Amino acid sequence: MNATEITVEPGVPFVDVVREFDAPRDLVFRAHTEPELLVQWLGPRKYQMIVDRWEPRDGGGWRYIHRDADGNDWGFHGVFHGTPTPDDMVQTFEFEGAPGHVSLNSLRLEERDGRTIAHVHAVFQSVEARDANVAGGMADGMTEGYQRLDELIVRLAAPVN
Amino acid sequence: MSDQLSVVFGALADPTRRAILARLAGGDLSVAELAAPFAVSQPAISRHLKVLEGAGLISRTRRATARLSHLRARPLRDATEWLVGYREYWEESYLRLDALLASLQATSRVLPPERNKEQDR
Repeated sequence: MNATEITVEPGVPFVDVVREFDAPRDLVFRAHTEPELLVQWLGPRKYQMIVDRWEPRDGGGWRYIHRDADGNDWGFHGVFHGTPTPDDMVQTFEFEGAPGHVSLNSLRLEERDGRTIAHVHAVFQSVEARDANVAGGMADGMTEGYQRLDELIVRLAAPVN
Repeated sequence: MSDQLSVVFGALADPTRRAILARLAGGDLSVAELAAPFAVSQPAISRHLKVLEGAGLISRTRRATARLSHLRARPLRDATEWLVGYREYWEESYLRLDALLASLQATSRVLPPERNKEQDR
């Protein structure tokens, strides 16, 4: 399994995610831009993923919904800035549970020996907005993963060199 | 995110305060003991301890004339649980993407005749 590297630095309104895939870049790009592929992977399996609007071109809108087993909807929407390419897919992102808190997300796909490294960089309006947006809708996943929690505690508490 | 969590993250935003927490993980220490490895004064350390105490990350007790600081794990745990939720969202999504990419590559590949036969059965 490839590790997902998530960097959430204190004091700056960014979230960075780096993840490697055992697939060529054009395929990873298709999985991010074609809605019929997107619904097959984005979000936890327990949510039904519904794409309401998906226009991957400059100025095109997007909206999708995560629906849980009880029928509760978690909606997200935004706009594409520039026509997406594997080098640069830029979109605004807003969780409808926290309206007005908009982040700017960019995805860069780097091909290396037939494999692909995805770099996600999200910029929020403030550190507080980052924390609120990231926490929204994700809360029920929080009771799991206690083994990793201990590692995170150590890392959070470690001095920055 | 609760206000308390914001206060915790604010307290953790400083490298000296994170270093203090890391040292307290090894046991309770006085201000003088905490100040020793740092190039900052005891009053400066006291100010950092006040922030950590305000965030609930440490508690302070008196032992004779020394005032000891004690690491409290709960707020740190809340803060990291928040991160775990985000991590799980992406890890599960990317595991699903791995499977999708593998199946897309398998169906686009021309299979050797023997494999095709097996699939036909």
